[in-house]
Amino acid sequence: MTSGRDQTGIRIGMWLFLYTEIILFGGLFVLYAAYFHEYPKAFAEYGKELNRVIGAANTVLLLASSFTVAASITALRQHSKRLCLGFLAISLGCGAIFLVNKYFEWGHKFAIGLYPNSKALAGAPPGKNIFFGLYYVITGLHGLHVIIGMTLLAISLVMVHNNRITAQRYALLENSGLYWHLVDLIWIFVFPLFYLIL
Amino acid sequence: MKPATDTGEQHLLSYTALALVLAALLVLTGITIWVSYHDLGAFNVPLTLAIASTKVSLVLLFFMHLKYEGRAITLSFVGTICFLAIMIGFIFWDVAYR
Repeated sequence: MTSGRDQTGIRIGMWLFLYTEIILFGGLFVLYAAYFHEYPKAFAEYGKELNRVIGAANTVLLLASSFTVAASITALRQHSKRLCLGFLAISLGCGAIFLVNKYFEWGHKFAIGLYPNSKALAGAPPGKNIFFGLYYVITGLHGLHVIIGMTLLAISLVMVHNNRITAQRYALLENSGLYWHLVDLIWIFVFPLFYLIL
Repeated sequence: MKPATDTGEQHLLSYTALALVLAALLVLTGITIWVSYHDLGAFNVPLTLAIASTKVSLVLLFFMHLKYEGRAITLSFVGTICFLAIMIGFIFWDVAYR
């Protein structure tokens, strides 16, 4: 019973919103690139201060959760509701561990005095100040998107459980999934730009 | 089961296909980390960006079903990327020759 609902239209609406997100983060990446051009040595030096192991772990977590979100839609449409709920729960778990890692990472930076307007940064050379400024703005905004994405996935999970999202009517799950994949996309660029630059 | 194109429903991907995409993404992540420990001079940044772009394409095409979407979404997406390219291109033009 899909008549009367424009499934393609619903997805187009979500994509239009995703375009604005792409441009938003695109603008921040341009800012990063312009300052990388200005202070290549400083960026390479301070990039090494970030923890590659946590960064890599978070990359794997987000990639895996993107897979489980995509798989949850396949499961739902093949009428295996329990599998779908399981996949969504795993995705939420991955998102939560990502945020916990982020908490420890930021916490460590704060402990050694690297935070916006700290004494160590205020008097630092411009390259250092800008690198950590961009680091906090971009990973912070990305973290906010992780929280929003997890909220959408949690709502979808409850609605699947209550049979309000079904194999015939799953637009909300689909669009929450698209949002979650976008969060993953952004991280795919954030990780090499901040953690892996030489 | 009607064909997906008739109902406007999203294309259904099998677990195997999704798992293969995930495997490819993890391998590419491994490669980009490995590359970061080796100094390749002028190729450092282009190679890293090329790997990231490949990963992003995989997520877009398969996880986000862009490969199976109709013209409206495909064209508007390409349009967005064109605008992004214009924004990045013109700013680089300015920054590089200032």
